[in-house]
Amino acid sequence: MNFLRPNLPVYASKLEITWYYVFRAICVAIFIFLLAPVLVIIPLSFNAESFFSFTSGMLKLDPAAYSLKWYLDIFTNGMAAPEATLSLSWLADSWARSQWMLALKNSIIVGVFATLLATTLGTLAAVGLSRPDMPFRGPIMGMLISPMIVPIVITATGMFFFFSKVGLAQTYIGLIMAHALLGTPFVVITVTATLSSFDRSLMRAAANLGANPVTSFFKVQMPLIMPGVISGGLFAFVTSFDEVVVVLFLAEPEQRTIPRQMWSGLREQVSPTILAVATILVILSFILLSSLEISRRRLEKMKLEPST
Amino acid sequence: MSLAMDREALTARLVKAERRGKIRAFLLVAPLLAFVVLSFVIPIVNLVTQAFYGDLVSSTMPKITVELAKWNGKMPAPESLCEAFVTEYKAAKAKDPALPTRIATLVNREFSGSLSKMRPVANNELSAPYCDALAELNEEWTKPEIWNALKLVSPSVSPRFFIQSVDYRLNADGSIRHENEENSIHLALFGRTLMVAAAVTLFCALLGFPIGFLLAHLPTRASNLLMIIVLLPFWTSLLVRTTAWIALLQQNGVINDTLVALGLISDDQRPVMMYNMFATLVAMTHVLLPFMILPLYSVMTGIKPNFVRAARSLGATPLTAFWRVYFPLTIPGLSAGCLLVFILAIGYYITPALVGGQSGQLISNIIAFHMQKTLNWPLASAIGTLLLAGVLLLYWLYNRLVGVDKMKFA
Repeated sequence: MNFLRPNLPVYASKLEITWYYVFRAICVAIFIFLLAPVLVIIPLSFNAESFFSFTSGMLKLDPAAYSLKWYLDIFTNGMAAPEATLSLSWLADSWARSQWMLALKNSIIVGVFATLLATTLGTLAAVGLSRPDMPFRGPIMGMLISPMIVPIVITATGMFFFFSKVGLAQTYIGLIMAHALLGTPFVVITVTATLSSFDRSLMRAAANLGANPVTSFFKVQMPLIMPGVISGGLFAFVTSFDEVVVVLFLAEPEQRTIPRQMWSGLREQVSPTILAVATILVILSFILLSSLEISRRRLEKMKLEPST
Repeated sequence: MSLAMDREALTARLVKAERRGKIRAFLLVAPLLAFVVLSFVIPIVNLVTQAFYGDLVSSTMPKITVELAKWNGKMPAPESLCEAFVTEYKAAKAKDPALPTRIATLVNREFSGSLSKMRPVANNELSAPYCDALAELNEEWTKPEIWNALKLVSPSVSPRFFIQSVDYRLNADGSIRHENEENSIHLALFGRTLMVAAAVTLFCALLGFPIGFLLAHLPTRASNLLMIIVLLPFWTSLLVRTTAWIALLQQNGVINDTLVALGLISDDQRPVMMYNMFATLVAMTHVLLPFMILPLYSVMTGIKPNFVRAARSLGATPLTAFWRVYFPLTIPGLSAGCLLVFILAIGYYITPALVGGQSGQLISNIIAFHMQKTLNWPLASAIGTLLLAGVLLLYWLYNRLVGVDKMKFA
């Protein structure tokens, strides 16, 4: 990485060289601003005290000042017998009763189904929108993207009124529909972007070789746009996994998701358990981001070597 | 002749094929379109309708609605009015015991204290002449205020919630008065929301420009690595990032502790950085910064370094070359980023609700407040409609200037 090595032309003046370093320093400061909040919670989550800040023991790297108890609390909070020894029944108790486990289960149920719905509908729509003969492309695209733009409070309020009328409020189906809706713009945008580099003559070639439209879609187009579909689906899942306002408006307490549980934690009893959960989520998003980066690189490779 | 026939037949077949292609393309989009209409457009239209339409009174008490529209506002109220009110209000109770309270709650919002005066009407046995019977229950019924409040809530279509959402009240005679001081909060919040959105947009532009520039002009390997730093917060849960800012900014938080440890401030003079406007601005800037960096980056990677080199070789100073040549070329990315950040910022809810305290609340928070605390849903809908109108206007502008399909996230 040549982040600090100047690659300035030889004719650069003193002032330009100074500015070069000042500019890099400014950029480093902005990167710290971007990254520090995400990173600072990781050590804080190992705090032995119930504070949101570094204790003097932590700064001296005293092992006694660090503990895993907030991670344990994720599993035990709400359990019938948290003190029992680690055994199958302890795990079963935690899985059945822990507040965070309940939230995790809800988040996964809602997230997975919302992602499936959003990805299927979004991919189909993107394929249609990318066809050159699509009528009213602009207005329809504008409408399909608008759930991302309309303030979430307005969407949640509107859904609350309407879903209450039709009996979808406080149901999993209502929540899944709402989260799928919020995820679809991301799928449409990502898949449309991938399709813009898709060579349409491949479809004609497939048709020429006797494939019907469905076969050529699944055998030719789908494999090529797969990276876009996957990243769109990941976006949809992350959107659902991070969504709290619709859950606040539409869900009943039994349907609380992880963000909803964090929300009440931040508003009611602030405990470092939230930091432990946050740390796990940061690691998960890092994994997600890496897998996305890998799929992007694969896509680029594919573009470079179209014959394979 | 036959050639012309052939051409006609060919054209017809082409038109048919084109139409079939259009239908096929549309059918692919149709499922999502139907889903969006069902779960999004209809609820939003329903919300907007709620802001000006409510037939609770006019449907359960049709006669009184007509009588009140005829009434000239002068006391004593005509007997026909009293009779229509008493009989219909009792009939409403017979239909559904919850109805009288719901109606009285509406009236109470226009003239507070009405709830306790209306309740006995439904619960007591009253006989003609009804105006005297009402006066016996409570002498407020001889005064015009409560009748005026009833008159205000009885029409099914009324602009009064829009008027209330900008801190004015509608009078029964159609005139408008200013809301009293302690309830005049909405206009100030609209103003504050616009200010915060503008400030956050400015901060994002100031912080995002150097980063976009750096990423666009570093070698690919280095910029890909640094891009992860930009995208990691983007992919991290919003609540996680908000939690992090609480840990950093609170009274005993990391920043204050560091400042005290460095001796820059004394322990008893820790600045308040949490649960106020400052926290809202910092956290929102952090959350929205990637939305500025990404469009700037994609525009800046397309600017050829030759342009600036040419300017330099023609004698421009570095500053002139940047300002006159490079900067104008970044305007499309900058305006796309600014519009996007501004649109997202004016609807912001979660971050202000968690870190904003009293002074950092925005217009979305007052909508949630009316939804959950005061339960004044039509007012919440009216404020939401105004916000929605603003956002859609900006979105239309964005679509015209940038195009929604130019948005990118990865």
